[in-house]
Amino acid sequence: MTEKKRTTIILFSGDYDKAMAAYIIANGAAAYDHEVTIFHTFWGLNALRKEEQVRVQKGFLEKMFAKMMPRGADKLGLSRMHFAGIGPKLIKQVMKKHNAMPLPQLIDMAKEQGVKLVACQMTVDLLGLKQEELIDGIEFAGVAAYLADASEGNVNLFI
Amino acid sequence: MNIVKTVDAKGLSCPMPLVKTKKAIDELTSGQVLEVHTTDKGAKNDLAAWAKVSGHKLIEMKEENGVLIFLIEKA
Repeated sequence: MTEKKRTTIILFSGDYDKAMAAYIIANGAAAYDHEVTIFHTFWGLNALRKEEQVRVQKGFLEKMFAKMMPRGADKLGLSRMHFAGIGPKLIKQVMKKHNAMPLPQLIDMAKEQGVKLVACQMTVDLLGLKQEELIDGIEFAGVAAYLADASEGNVNLFI
Repeated sequence: MNIVKTVDAKGLSCPMPLVKTKKAIDELTSGQVLEVHTTDKGAKNDLAAWAKVSGHKLIEMKEENGVLIFLIEKA
């Protein structure tokens, strides 16, 4: 194959199940030798947060946001049957039984396969997140960078 | 036939059989054959579709004691 195909995914959702679907598709597309971009915006940014608390200067509102939003991929809730946090525990147990890969590992795998992870700078600022609070190896960009990738995309998804 | 590598993806779920197969085939040269073992029933269609689109040749697909075995020749 001379020209590589391209897949882009916008991850808007911060739900564990939806993020999992996004990352499974991304890993699959990478196995198809596509150039893959996942553009994280709004709640999808929480999948990129580091699990540990990072000391950064923030205003009151930003601190509230930081507290209320899940810290990292493993902490995301379910879109259905969340049951105040019991749902994710149950589903992770079922996933273990079926040998399905948990979201944090799917993200690592995607990075390893060269999937480009992008954080939307505007929503990063809006939610009061700082670069240091997000995992390493990601890029920061806006709508133009996304469209540049998507306009050449063979598969473009919004999740 | 020139089977140079075997991927053991037994017990793994989607997308791991595909990801492992892709990684392994990257290390092969054209004409070499990869053997893949998986218990993921979805892989039947998955690997067949993937081989077709990426130009590799699916030589054989068989089932032995619940394990799906694929032979894929690198393009």
